[in-house]
Amino acid sequence: MKNITAERFTNGKPNLRRFHQARWDEPVIFELGQPGQRGILVPEVEEGIKSQVGDALAGIPDGLRRKDPPKLPEMAQPAVLRHYDHLSQENLGVDFNIDVGQGTCTMKYSPKVNDQLARMPEMTELHPLQDESTVQGILEIMYRFEQILKEISGLERFTLQPGAGSVAIYTNASIMRAYHEARGEAKQRDEMITTIFSHPSDAACAKVAGYKVITLYPDPEGYPDLEALKAAVSERTAGLLITNPEDTGIFNPKIAEFTRIIHAAGGLCSYDQANANGMLGITRAREAGFDLCHFNLHKTFSTPHGCGGPAVGATGVTQELARFLPVPIVDFDGQKYFLNYDPADSIGKIRPFYGVAPVVLKAYAWVMALGAAGLREVAEVAVLNNNYLMKKVLAIHGVAAPYAAGKRRVEQVRYSWQTLFEETGVHSEALGIRAADFGVHYWTSHHPYVVPEPCTLEPTESYSKEELDEYAAILEHVAGEAYSDPNLVRSAPHNSTVHTIDHHPFDDPQQWAITWRAYLRKTGQER
Amino acid sequence: MKRIGLVVNPIAGLGGRVGLKGSDGMELQRKALELGAVPHAVERAAQALQALLPLGAEFELLTYPFAMGAEAARQAGIDPCVLGSIQPGQTSAEDTVRAAREMAENEVRLLLFAGGDGTARDICNAIGMEIPALGIPAGVKIQSAVYATAPRYAGELAAAFLRGETELRQAEVMDLDEDAFRAGRVSACLYGYLKTPYSQRYVQGVKVPSLSRESAVLEAIAGDLADRMKPGWLYIFGPGSTTQAVATHIGFDKTLLGVDAVLDGKIVSADASEADLLRLLSVNRLAEIVVTPIGGQGCIFGRGNQPISPDVIRKVGRAHIRVISTPEKIQALNGHPLWADTGDRAVDEMLSGYLVVLTGYKESVMYKVMA
Repeated sequence: MKNITAERFTNGKPNLRRFHQARWDEPVIFELGQPGQRGILVPEVEEGIKSQVGDALAGIPDGLRRKDPPKLPEMAQPAVLRHYDHLSQENLGVDFNIDVGQGTCTMKYSPKVNDQLARMPEMTELHPLQDESTVQGILEIMYRFEQILKEISGLERFTLQPGAGSVAIYTNASIMRAYHEARGEAKQRDEMITTIFSHPSDAACAKVAGYKVITLYPDPEGYPDLEALKAAVSERTAGLLITNPEDTGIFNPKIAEFTRIIHAAGGLCSYDQANANGMLGITRAREAGFDLCHFNLHKTFSTPHGCGGPAVGATGVTQELARFLPVPIVDFDGQKYFLNYDPADSIGKIRPFYGVAPVVLKAYAWVMALGAAGLREVAEVAVLNNNYLMKKVLAIHGVAAPYAAGKRRVEQVRYSWQTLFEETGVHSEALGIRAADFGVHYWTSHHPYVVPEPCTLEPTESYSKEELDEYAAILEHVAGEAYSDPNLVRSAPHNSTVHTIDHHPFDDPQQWAITWRAYLRKTGQER
Repeated sequence: MKRIGLVVNPIAGLGGRVGLKGSDGMELQRKALELGAVPHAVERAAQALQALLPLGAEFELLTYPFAMGAEAARQAGIDPCVLGSIQPGQTSAEDTVRAAREMAENEVRLLLFAGGDGTARDICNAIGMEIPALGIPAGVKIQSAVYATAPRYAGELAAAFLRGETELRQAEVMDLDEDAFRAGRVSACLYGYLKTPYSQRYVQGVKVPSLSRESAVLEAIAGDLADRMKPGWLYIFGPGSTTQAVATHIGFDKTLLGVDAVLDGKIVSADASEADLLRLLSVNRLAEIVVTPIGGQGCIFGRGNQPISPDVIRKVGRAHIRVISTPEKIQALNGHPLWADTGDRAVDEMLSGYLVVLTGYKESVMYKVMA
């Protein structure tokens, strides 16, 4: 019999995989289409039907009708299938790799049974416009899930309506304004405070909601600068939008002081808990003095990310702020579940309907499978995994974990390859790309790079010690290559389909093409 | 064929290793050589040129004889086109200026120069912003933003420029007053700007890839300022490319290196002196100062903007000082606070603490100012 262990390990260290990814040189689907090709030939409508139905389009107002059919690619069915299968093989997604490199995103394993639940016809055949008496089941799950979130956060009312973390932050900023409006202070309070290591959406969404944004930089220890906060608050302060731990994985022990200072100035405090993976069952928004918070169900609650959607940014508030929540919220009158449009001072709708039902179902199933003790264990294992991996990574030459020296981190770490860069000229980005040659990858950081040559790792609770060892071994190998053969790393990938892209045009909105038509127009192929 | 120019200041960096804090002036250079200083500018220029070798026959190198460029080129394995004539071993600032002029007249796409802050000043005098230029660091003092952080990066950045992968931006030419520096005082001045290639991939000191082009950020800052500007108020704009670009977006022509005063959308004093400002302030009590920190060092008052004197600052008041900066420039301070050296300790103290720095439209950071 083969000794599998001997093949996978040398002296207890994992061997690197001889990984090679499929590479298909696949064009964009618009370039694959050929005029006249068809996927489906729709039969001619029979006379009998035609005479009964008449002109089916007559009911659509003129202004809403297209003058020309959409310029969709024309293709045969197998060509379409092949195209997307090729693309799927050129992916390095969460189910393919040891996905600890997508720090801040909380890439955990999402049990497939929960997908199966969401794909049951009882779910897929639901329509949000059905009468509430016919959807009592999903309303009950939404209501119960709210009770769970209340317990996790200590806050008193939740809406599941926001469809993403950023929508949730925008909701929170809007609720803050409604609160200040009710007190006659909305005009005066036009400033929102955040920190540079909070998620950039905190600044961006506050701005979209019409606020001026003041960003605090860290103190020398990497904590949000309390003195800067004191200088920033005034009678113009609307509120604070902050993460904790921040992207560095450092927990701000003075967070209660932050919320106290904001409250003393008349502002509100919102806890960005998009990623709460290290906090479940350990600390709560209420105890830290927050008035609002939000959870990304596609991060902490494993629903999963779904390539940018659909998602839910569950948003919670104190009883005092409940009257401003978006409508409807799902309620229970002791006998039946119903959609409550009551909150008189509601900010209105932030999005249609009342939450992406399959996402809520998956999160509910995930929580119920774990129970309260299980949720706490998620946080504990995520933190343990992170600190184990940090110990292994910091043993590699050329890397550091800036700030809070000697302290443990919560669920992620923003590392810096600055030393390696200075000694080899190889950028962090190149290391992440070279790692893809071994079947893993990592992400650097949000911009701006406050931590130079950054690399953000978040192992979550999903990965075993062996898997973390393999990931660390790959990083160690790649860092070693940067010293022994920097050009090999710079010219990566060699075994993977990812390309090195010139980022320069990304900085220029004039060169962005969000659609195929915009691309043709901007490259002069179409007017 | 793409032409690149190369000018090496052979004696750049001579003073550094023997502790002389600079190499300006013949006397000092002789002293440095006597102390055993070994010139290494040629070697550093050669390191930069090596990064251009992958371009192969795509480019032609124009340079000056001997240690002013030809030697570095040959060390790097490049056969250059050599212009001009010099007295080997006795080159001076005039030679640097003459060489740079000749490169510009021969229409090089980019002028590479090896030296320190003194050399950057000479290049600035010679070509200004006529053609793009990039520094290979070889000098003792490197305050200027026109230098790459290491010779190799200068070469890589130059290659990226020729491949069209970079943008150009105005980078500061700074120099310390060497007499003051040797006496233990740091006193840097802004001398001017060069048009320098920039790409996030090759710039190490400025560790801040930005999400938007610099021009878009400056336009955003201008939009915010324009929203706030009130009739009847006097606006005193400090020097620098940031304030100049912002002023252009708002709609008036600001001098690059001077302090300009604006009232009701019109410049009422260009390149103003302290006396001009005090006279304007005696009429217009309501005033605001708009300044930008010097890149890489964070000075907001006392370097290059001396007309905004302690008296002017006192009259305007701390609450009406508006610091503007791209987020990138703040980032490049690496956490170091802003500072002022106005010559009046009371005013420096008054400015210390925290100031709001405007970094975009409705975007700012609360940033520390050193006491």
